[in-house]
Amino acid sequence: MLGYTITQWLFGILSFLAIMFALMVVFTRNPVNSVLYLVLTFFCIAGHYLLLNAQFLAIVHIVVYAGAIMVLFLFIIMLMNLNADTEPQKHIGTRFIAGIVGGVLLFVMVGALRGAEQLQLVQSGASQIGMVKSLGQVLFTEFLFPFEIVSILLLAALVGAIMIGKRDTNINAKETSNS
Amino acid sequence: MTAFIIYKALMCIGVFVLCLAAAAYSTLWERKFAAFLQDRKGPSRAGWGGILQPLADGVKMFMKEEIIPNVSNRSLFILGPCLFMVTAVITSSVIPWAKPVMINGQVYDLQITDINIGVIYLLGVASIGVYGIMIGGWASNNKFALLGAVRASSQMISYEIPMGIALIALIISSGGSLSLKEIVEGQDAGFANFIWQPLGFLIFFICALAETNRAPFDLPECETELVGGYHTEYSSMKLGLYLFAEYINMFISSAIIATMYFGGYNFPFAAELYDKLGLADGSVWISLIGFGVLIAKIFGFVCLFMWIRWTLPRFRYDQLMNLGWKTLLPLSLFNLALTIVIEYFRGNIHF
Repeated sequence: MLGYTITQWLFGILSFLAIMFALMVVFTRNPVNSVLYLVLTFFCIAGHYLLLNAQFLAIVHIVVYAGAIMVLFLFIIMLMNLNADTEPQKHIGTRFIAGIVGGVLLFVMVGALRGAEQLQLVQSGASQIGMVKSLGQVLFTEFLFPFEIVSILLLAALVGAIMIGKRDTNINAKETSNS
Repeated sequence: MTAFIIYKALMCIGVFVLCLAAAAYSTLWERKFAAFLQDRKGPSRAGWGGILQPLADGVKMFMKEEIIPNVSNRSLFILGPCLFMVTAVITSSVIPWAKPVMINGQVYDLQITDINIGVIYLLGVASIGVYGIMIGGWASNNKFALLGAVRASSQMISYEIPMGIALIALIISSGGSLSLKEIVEGQDAGFANFIWQPLGFLIFFICALAETNRAPFDLPECETELVGGYHTEYSSMKLGLYLFAEYINMFISSAIIATMYFGGYNFPFAAELYDKLGLADGSVWISLIGFGVLIAKIFGFVCLFMWIRWTLPRFRYDQLMNLGWKTLLPLSLFNLALTIVIEYFRGNIHF
């Protein structure tokens, strides 16, 4: 088909969709639509992982981001009943500064990409590193220490979140018992 | 290449039709079963013994007036039921339905796809299944629907955690493969996984009840508190899709339980039976018998789901959350630790 392989076609379509949905995340006014577009973006990125033969990464990406984090986001937005019309109007100065910061970030990223076309990439054919078995083997032998550190970090974050939540309920309980 | 595509397409269509037919007749069977438990007759007018009742229900659903509320978010309102239906159906793609068939020297797996992340795929689809309910409930722009959607999503997120941990224990004791095909084949000669994972099975079964929003966990559509729950504003076939997808979910969950814990298409003394009948490996008859056995197991679990629905009263919301977080989660962690110790002494894992 026009001299491209199926993989190249899929890559093109997925990239186009990913970028389009990512732009829609920013441009839609309704926060719920925004979250849903972000979920679609995650699905496109999971598709890219599949094209790279990283099945495990693809499915974990969907389980963790689309299935857990975004559901919680949606949850919060629905509970707070955020709508396009309740969105606060930003001050013109804020918009100006946000534009400058965004522009600088874009500049840095384009600058970082410059010269990438001269890199010598080694293509090793169908890589097996993204499969569950090989990933697990590497994760639990070579990278065991960083892996454990990351899990402790996550545990600390979890305990911290619970502590913050717990302190609030105590204060509320005191206030209600006082009044 | 063309033969492969045709075979895959046939598999997809076959499994899709199977799911729809099973779900349609589950609705009838649910009513018949409830009638049996309550000493009634159940639907008996459409066709012989009510056999055409699902058809009549379907026609009724299509004929009813379609109402889309003015204040709703129209596109999301339509998207909700579609998404719920899609996520209900695509789970079936990793279930092995029968032993591979050999036709003209070519082996055909009776499974849509055998991915080596099958178990995580199931969890992934279960976790995105909540979007259908959430979007539908929110887009209705109705407080009862929103409450139902919020309940559904928090319930599904909570019960996914013990479910995942129960699955980890299952994978450890079944040999460490995430592919459903290999899990079933591992139960071919030895025991079903249920023997090694009784507690894990119990946890998984309770979580499956909660994930499918079946009684006693049907708080999202609790009519005494929430009118109709997340589908309060829905009418006509959109409501039909929500109700229908619940039955598909129930069918697929039963299929997953049968596959993971009860040996799928295997049954005790299968090899001896095939020997006696003189059937060679890859024969169509072996596959048909295996498929029949799997369907019988699924039917048994569907009956169990229904039996529970017509026996137990609904949980209160705090009881639901307490059960999920304070009972099932520690229990599943205990089960995981126990499994690791047992498997260490069985010699299946090494340090």
